[in-house]
Amino acid sequence: MNQETPLLQVRDLRVSFQLDEGVVRAVDGTSFDVMPGQVLGIVGESGCGKSVTMKAILQLVDRPGQIDTGEIKFVRADGEMVDLAKLSARGATIREIRGGEIALIPQEPMASFSPVHTVGDQIIEAILLHSHRWEKDGHKITRRAAREITVGLFRDVGISMPEQRVDAYSWQLSGGLRQRAMIAMALSCKPRLLIADEPTTAIDVTTQAQVLALLRDLQVKYNTAIIFITHDLGVIAQMASYVVVMYLGRVMEQGPVDAIFHAPKHPYTRALLRSIPSMYGQTRVALPVISGTLPHPFNRPPGCAFHPRCADVMPACSVGVPRLLPVGDDQLASCFLHHDEAEPV
Amino acid sequence: MTRYIAQRLLILPFLMVIYSFVIFLIIQAPPGDFLTAYVATLASSGSSISADQIAALRHQYGLDQPFLVQYFLWMQNLLHGDFGLSLEYQRPNADLISEQLGLTLALALFSFVLTWAIAVPAGIYSATHPRSLIDHVLTVINYVGVATPNFMLALILMWMAFAYFDINVTGLYSPEFVDAPWSFARVGDLLFHIWLPGLVLGIAGTARLSRIMRANLLDELNKPYVVTARAKGMREWRLVLRYPVRLAFNPLVSTIGWYLPALFSGSLIVATVMNLPNIGPLLLRALINQDMYLAGGILLIYSFLTIVGTLLSDVLLALIDPRIRVES
Repeated sequence: MNQETPLLQVRDLRVSFQLDEGVVRAVDGTSFDVMPGQVLGIVGESGCGKSVTMKAILQLVDRPGQIDTGEIKFVRADGEMVDLAKLSARGATIREIRGGEIALIPQEPMASFSPVHTVGDQIIEAILLHSHRWEKDGHKITRRAAREITVGLFRDVGISMPEQRVDAYSWQLSGGLRQRAMIAMALSCKPRLLIADEPTTAIDVTTQAQVLALLRDLQVKYNTAIIFITHDLGVIAQMASYVVVMYLGRVMEQGPVDAIFHAPKHPYTRALLRSIPSMYGQTRVALPVISGTLPHPFNRPPGCAFHPRCADVMPACSVGVPRLLPVGDDQLASCFLHHDEAEPV
Repeated sequence: MTRYIAQRLLILPFLMVIYSFVIFLIIQAPPGDFLTAYVATLASSGSSISADQIAALRHQYGLDQPFLVQYFLWMQNLLHGDFGLSLEYQRPNADLISEQLGLTLALALFSFVLTWAIAVPAGIYSATHPRSLIDHVLTVINYVGVATPNFMLALILMWMAFAYFDINVTGLYSPEFVDAPWSFARVGDLLFHIWLPGLVLGIAGTARLSRIMRANLLDELNKPYVVTARAKGMREWRLVLRYPVRLAFNPLVSTIGWYLPALFSGSLIVATVMNLPNIGPLLLRALINQDMYLAGGILLIYSFLTIVGTLLSDVLLALIDPRIRVES
């Protein structure tokens, strides 16, 4: 790894949900770093704990979920390092960080705006919540000024007629415009880290391409670090420079985007890549699938969570949980094919 | 918006005409008329009246006219603002009604405000602290509140107040103030007495309203826009009040329309049990004695309140919800 201090370090994060039927360990020992200005892609199937990990970073895990152990170290704008996992979910510190230093672009832009407030109103509110960032000579920012900033943001994210659109309700905007407005809100306080939770899943492919291009441009312009969550490997290839592959709440493999796509070390990554339809493949032939199904969350297999579906399964796989260790240049994998160190029990 | 309100107001007179006809049809429906009831009362008290006198009275009150003629006479007088004469009290109906209307409205309004002031915060607390001890306690109170008929509750409370605290809680005034002219002392006495009837009238509504509020808010709290607001760094209670509560409120506002008239008609039994000087017992008596113009007048006012209440709740709903207000 390079010598820079990571902006965010997640170490052995565990989040569980105490349900009546049992305990679901949604995130079960996840670790990764985010460098300043880096675009980190997190891929995995539905239910692998990607979104819960992101919620944990912002202390937004809803009851009955809770962060059990682990560290989420974040370097704040003033250089101070805080462990987000230890902060109170309702405290002043996390509220300053939310929106101000780490912003979220949610999955469903339609439902993520309140339908009875104008989009501008909701963005102006975000700006006023972090008003000290605009404070000049002890003067608080006025609502009028916050509105001007919002109009400017709308222009930046490519919303035409921004003065009128500020006063629109979310249901008066198209899907693409809504997601642009959401991006404008996330960027309003110039966060150092942007968490984009499947931001293009709910919009059509053409708009999706535009939104991705916009995010890439803005990332270059503001040098914001982005955690990009998706189950679409194509999107990862376009956006990310570093990739984390998750399965059942654990990191299976992580590495630079080229290494992940061209030299995957973990059988799960390989299986995922095989299941992408190829432009040169034969038509009318079934795509390779990963055999078996995702285990029920109450019934986690012992040992490596992936072993029942793994093509290269060995006897050791059902006994110990493989650690996430370096397997190449900046590339890590948790698989006994590459080392034989298990997690301490 | 203004156009919409104007349209609704224009329809109002037509609706009132339809209502008045239906009302007249219904109060005419029971066999006999005021005079047969009157004769029966006289007979039971031992006195009698000659058939000629009855025929004269029947002609005088127009009771011998065909149904439609009676209806048009009634309407004609109503248009001139004349509610007619009460057959029983021999006084203008307008006076009888207006004497009671003020207190009835005051009581209804009081119990309405009490209902909302208790139900909304209780519902919000329950929804934001689901399955907590207080939520469970509120749930039990709510079930009991919905399940207990309010006249029953009135009887229990009156008995308890009398048996254990030696207070007479019937009526809206202490005995010395019943016929006293209006004064600050009388208003104070009214404010002291209005609590119990207000509570009794409002308790079922309070319970129902706070259950609705709880359920609506629980739904809204799981919506993605709440996560968005949290991710902005809002304070939790401010966020809850500004976003999900605002949305959970809409279905409640739409109930105002039928809630106001329901308070009037609901107060009939309670008012009779608690001996409240309001319009409920007056209507009951008018119906029993077939004092048809008095009953008709009261029912017309109920209808008017229903229409106005519905209009009011529709306008309020449009004001707080842009999805209704903004025309496509």
